[in-house]
Amino acid sequence: MFTILVSMRADQILHPTPAGLYCPPGDFFIDPVRPVPRALITHGHGDHARSGHGAVMATRQTLEIMAIRYGADFAGQRQAADGPVRVGGTTVSFHPAGHILGSAQIAVQPDHGPKIVVSGDYCRHPNPVSEPYEPVPCDIFVTEATFGLPVFKHPDPAGEMTRLLASMAEFPERQHLIGAYALGKAQRLIMLARQAGIDGPIAIHGALQRLCDYHVEQGIDLGPLVPATAKQVDAQLVIAPPSAFASAWVQRFRDPVIGFASGWMAVRARARQRGVELPLVISDHVDWPQVTRTITELAPREVWITHGTEDGLLRWCELQGIPARPLRLVGYEDEPE
Amino acid sequence: MRAFATLLERLAFTPARNAKLRLLRHYLEATPDPDRGYALAALTGDLKLRTVTPGLLRGLMVERVDEQLFALSYDFVGDLAETIALLWDTDRDEDVPLHQAVALLSETGKAGLPAAIAGMLDRLGPSQRLAFLKLATGNMRIGLSARMARIALAEMGAPDVAQIEEIWHGLTPPYQPLFDWIAGGARPEQAARAPFRPVMLSTPVDLDQLRAFDPADYVAEWKWDGIRVQAINDGGVRRLYSRTGEDISASFPDLIEALNFDGAVDGELLVRRGEDVAVFGDLQKRLGRKQVGRGMLDSHPASLRVYDLMIWGGRDLRDLPLTDRRAALEAADFGSDRIDVSPLLDFATWDDLAALRADPPAPVIEGVMIKRRDSAYVGGRPRGPWFKWKRDPHVVDAVLLYAQRGHGKRSGFYSDFTFGLWEADQLVPVGKAYFGFTDEELRELDRFVRNNTVERFGPVRSIAPKLVLEVAFEGLNASGRHKAGVAMRFPRISRIRWDKPASEADHLSTLKAMIP
Repeated sequence: MFTILVSMRADQILHPTPAGLYCPPGDFFIDPVRPVPRALITHGHGDHARSGHGAVMATRQTLEIMAIRYGADFAGQRQAADGPVRVGGTTVSFHPAGHILGSAQIAVQPDHGPKIVVSGDYCRHPNPVSEPYEPVPCDIFVTEATFGLPVFKHPDPAGEMTRLLASMAEFPERQHLIGAYALGKAQRLIMLARQAGIDGPIAIHGALQRLCDYHVEQGIDLGPLVPATAKQVDAQLVIAPPSAFASAWVQRFRDPVIGFASGWMAVRARARQRGVELPLVISDHVDWPQVTRTITELAPREVWITHGTEDGLLRWCELQGIPARPLRLVGYEDEPE
Repeated sequence: MRAFATLLERLAFTPARNAKLRLLRHYLEATPDPDRGYALAALTGDLKLRTVTPGLLRGLMVERVDEQLFALSYDFVGDLAETIALLWDTDRDEDVPLHQAVALLSETGKAGLPAAIAGMLDRLGPSQRLAFLKLATGNMRIGLSARMARIALAEMGAPDVAQIEEIWHGLTPPYQPLFDWIAGGARPEQAARAPFRPVMLSTPVDLDQLRAFDPADYVAEWKWDGIRVQAINDGGVRRLYSRTGEDISASFPDLIEALNFDGAVDGELLVRRGEDVAVFGDLQKRLGRKQVGRGMLDSHPASLRVYDLMIWGGRDLRDLPLTDRRAALEAADFGSDRIDVSPLLDFATWDDLAALRADPPAPVIEGVMIKRRDSAYVGGRPRGPWFKWKRDPHVVDAVLLYAQRGHGKRSGFYSDFTFGLWEADQLVPVGKAYFGFTDEELRELDRFVRNNTVERFGPVRSIAPKLVLEVAFEGLNASGRHKAGVAMRFPRISRIRWDKPASEADHLSTLKAMIP
C-alpha cells in the first residue's frame, strides 16, 4: 500500500482574505487587521500588530512591545517564536527582518508544497536598533513594495544627519522638532544622532517614553533623554510622533524648525504636503535597489506583493521574467505614523 | 555645486523670510567666486542660460529606463526634473563647481547638448542633479526676489541696501566687483546707463500726529492707487523700475515709448483712458507679462503721473528742496499725453486736508501724501519729511470657515484664516487673512479653532461657522479666479466679534457693491 502525496498549490497554503493573509493548513493568519482566533505577527507596528486575537505567536520582543502598547492581556494566549514550530499542518519559523526591534519574516513550510516567506516590512540598511535582515531561501517570496518605484534610493542616513546638524548649527537659537514614528524610527533617529556626535540631552515627546525605555532595557543605549513635556524644554533636538505636530503641544516651542524623518521625504511634493522645513530621508523599509536585489538573490519561483506602490515592482518582475502578483491587502499604511 | 544644491533645497522648504536671508548669507560667505555670483543670479532669475526642453530630458531618460517605469515614477513624483534627478543611475557624487555647470549650459551647441547633460548627470549625486536640472530648465521657483538678495548682501559688509541698489543695474553675473566691494575693496563704478536710484518712501501718519506740525511747511497731493515707479531716459536708454528696483520695462512698452525726455522721474504707474484713471485691477492685468498683446495695449493703456524729478536735463536735483524740484517739474515738458503731473492740493489747515481726504474726486485715490517743502530726495524711508495719510480701510463682517496651521513662530497655532460671506443661506469663501491680531488674540482664535473643528484635511481644519471676524482691507478687485468673484487687497483681521452671531455677518452683495 502506498500513499499518494498531493502537493498543495501555493494559494491553498496562503491567500488573502478581508482579515489578512490566511493559511488554511495551519489555520492561522499573518498580521491580520481584524481579531482572529490565531495570529502570527511579524512586528509591533500598529497596522500589523493589533490587539484582541485569540492566540498570538511573534518574537519575544514583538510580544513585549504589544504588551507595552495594548496592555499585558492584548491576546488570549501568547507564544514566543523560537526556532521552527509546528502549527497545524505546517512548520513556521521567524527570521530577522531588519525593520524595527523584534521584527521578523515568517517562513511557512507546508508538509507538501512550496515554502513561502512572508517578509513583513523589512530593511537592509544597517540599523542600530534591529537585528540585520536575514535572506531566507524560498519558493514564494511575499514582499512589501512601500517604496516600489526606481525613484526611491534611500541615501546614507549619516548624510541626512549631517544635514540635521548643519541646520542646528545654522539656526542655533531654534529648537529642531523632528517627527518620527514612535516605535523604531524614533529610536533609530536617536541612535543616528548619537553616532553623528550629539552627546547631550535629546528631548522626547511623552508618547515615546515607554518605547524608548524598552529599547534601553533591551541593551540599546539611547544616551541622555529628557521629557519634552515640561513648559521649558531644554534640548535643541526634540523628537516626537508626527501626530504631535497637530496638537497644542508644539506651542511651547518658540519658532522651531520642524522636520520629519521618513522615506517619503525623498519626494518634494510629499515633504511640502507635510509642511516641514527640514525633510530627512530616513526609512525603515527596503528601497528600490534593495527590494530588486533581494528578489534577485533569493530567486524565488514567484513573488507576491502585499502593499505599497506595487505597479513599479510588478513591471520590474515582468521585465526580469519573474512571475509576480499583487495581493492588494488592505489595512496596511504606506509608512505609518 | 553641492553647497548650492543644499541651499536650493533649504530655501525651497523654508517659509520665513529672515531664515531665508540667513541661509543665503551663510552660503554667500562660505562660497568662493565666481560660483556664489552665479548662484545669486540663478536665484534672482538673472542668469541667462540656454533653456533645456522637457523633451530633451525625457529623451535622455527613456534611453536609460524602461518607459513604463519612467511613466509610473513621473506620475508619482509630479515634476520632470525631480523625477530624472531621482532616477538617474550613477555611483559618482563629485562636487562639481557651479561655474562648470553654467559654462556647459551657456556654451554647448544644440547638437552636443544631450550628451553634455548626460555626462554632467553621470558625475553628480541626487541633490546636485536636481540643482543642475533646475538650472537647465530655468525653473528655480525659489521665491527669492532680487530685493532679498540685496538685503542678504548688505548684511555681509559695509555697503547698505540703498548703496547696493544704486549700482546693482550696472552689474552682471558673477558680480565679482560687488563681492570685492563688500569685502572692503573699491566701490564699483556705475557703468550702466539708466540705473535705478533708491526711492524715497513715506511713513504713515494720522490727524493727531499731524497737529504737531505747521501745515504751511508742507505740500500735499493725492496718493494714487497704482504702482510707484521710477521712469528713466538716460541718453536714449529707457527703463521703468518698480520701487524695489525690479526692471518692469518689458511689461509696459507703450509707456517706454512715451519716455521722450532726458532724466529720471518718480511717479505712479496707472492705466488711464483719457482723463479716467482705471481701477488697480486693470493695471494688475498688465503686470508680469513678458509680452503684451496689441489688444491689451489698446484696452489697458499705461500712463505715468509724475510726483518728482530726480535727474532732469543732465542735473541731479535730489539734494534740492522739494519746492525747487516741484518748480522744475511744473515747467517740464514731457512731450507725451501719457505723462502728466500729479496736482498739488489746496489746503490751509489739517482739517481742510482731512475734508479733502474724506471725499476724494476719484475712486483710485487711496489717501493723501504730505511732504515737507524743504525736503531733499533721500532714498529709503527717512522718518518725517514725507507722510502717507491713507484713506480709512473698508471693513466687512465675515464668518470664519477654515483655519490652517502656521510656521516658524506660529508653529502649532492655527493662524491662517479663511472667511466667508452670506449668499442666500450659504457662506461663500471670500478671502484669507493671517495678521491683524495680537498674540493673545491668536491664542484665543487657536482655542476656538480646536474646539469648533468639524473636519480636518491635512493641516487645514473646517470650522463650525459661528465666529464673526471684522476684516479690514484696502481695496477690491473683480476676480475670475476666486469663487466669490472678488479679491481683497491686504485683508487682515481688525476685530474679533465674539459678540456677534454669524447670521448677522455681511452678505456677498455688500462686498460686491464696494468694487469701484
